[in-house]
Amino acid sequence: MHSFLWLAQRASAALLALCVVVHLATMVYAVRGGLSAAEILARTQGSLAWLAFYSVFVLAIVVHVPIGLRAVLHEWLKWRGASRDMFLLLFAAVIAWAGMRAVLGVFL
Amino acid sequence: MMQVKVWRGGANGSFQAFEVPRHASQTVLDVVTHIQRVLDPTLAYRFACRVGMCGSCAMTVNGVARWTCRTHIDKAVKNENEITIEPLRNLPVIRDLVTDMREFFDKWAKARGSFQGSRTRHDDFALISSENGNRKEVNKGIECIGCAVCYSACDVVAARPDYLGPAALNRAWTLVKDERDSMAMERLRAVAGDAGCHSCHTHMSCTERCPKGISPTAGIAGLKREIARAVLKGAL
Repeated sequence: MHSFLWLAQRASAALLALCVVVHLATMVYAVRGGLSAAEILARTQGSLAWLAFYSVFVLAIVVHVPIGLRAVLHEWLKWRGASRDMFLLLFAAVIAWAGMRAVLGVFL
Repeated sequence: MMQVKVWRGGANGSFQAFEVPRHASQTVLDVVTHIQRVLDPTLAYRFACRVGMCGSCAMTVNGVARWTCRTHIDKAVKNENEITIEPLRNLPVIRDLVTDMREFFDKWAKARGSFQGSRTRHDDFALISSENGNRKEVNKGIECIGCAVCYSACDVVAARPDYLGPAALNRAWTLVKDERDSMAMERLRAVAGDAGCHSCHTHMSCTERCPKGISPTAGIAGLKREIARAVLKGAL
């Protein structure tokens, strides 16, 4: 189980490395190009490519962050066991909900 | 003369100051020995070989874990008038500079740190070339003297006391790469997980401090790779 979690964190980290670079490059491009909010929305609304990209981004975060937080909670707060894991599942659900809400917000 | 502050007592002890004469090529162990033989015979410390082989004399010198018999004063401290000598960290203090190392060595056993061959006395010798890739990996980690300097320097051991630590994991790695050993899967199972290699933060303090120039971090990374392969194959 722990080995699987470690693999999942490594794999999601590899995805995040790519996603963060694309995300930052896009932001820099949008800001420097002087795009307005309406112009950005015009590009993202209905775009399946952006929907897929940001859905993968959110999914990678949902996998990566709780596993990292698991070690932080253990080492800093000595919190482990079922109660911590339930908290982390809830935390993952909150990130997934907030992330997908943002993604759909600019898609729909 | 040097002003030397030495830890006295157990976990709740305090520092005691001594004045020790300065000599050329003086080691930290020379200083501690001078204190015990000339100034205060009740000082407790541990040493055996004095030549960097036995791993008995490691202490914390000016905040840094070191093998004291091979650490010259002029290399260990910038200001010779302020030398602080404490027991190793992350281990229970018995008295003065002596730590209880049972936990450290028990973790070697937990990491399955003993060789388990499959041949009997009736079989021929295992012929492994010194050019063999796995053997070269073993050679990089095999010179560990068990001094616990890496264990004392490890932040993860400080954060989670059940962590096996760099020395035990390095030992496991040298056995995983030993082609004569027959217990690789059991060993990978023993070192996987929260108390094992997956908790390493890769801070590399162990590698920085190892007096023998070993990189336990590299061995731990190797264990993670082997475990990942085994998990993907469904063997673990």
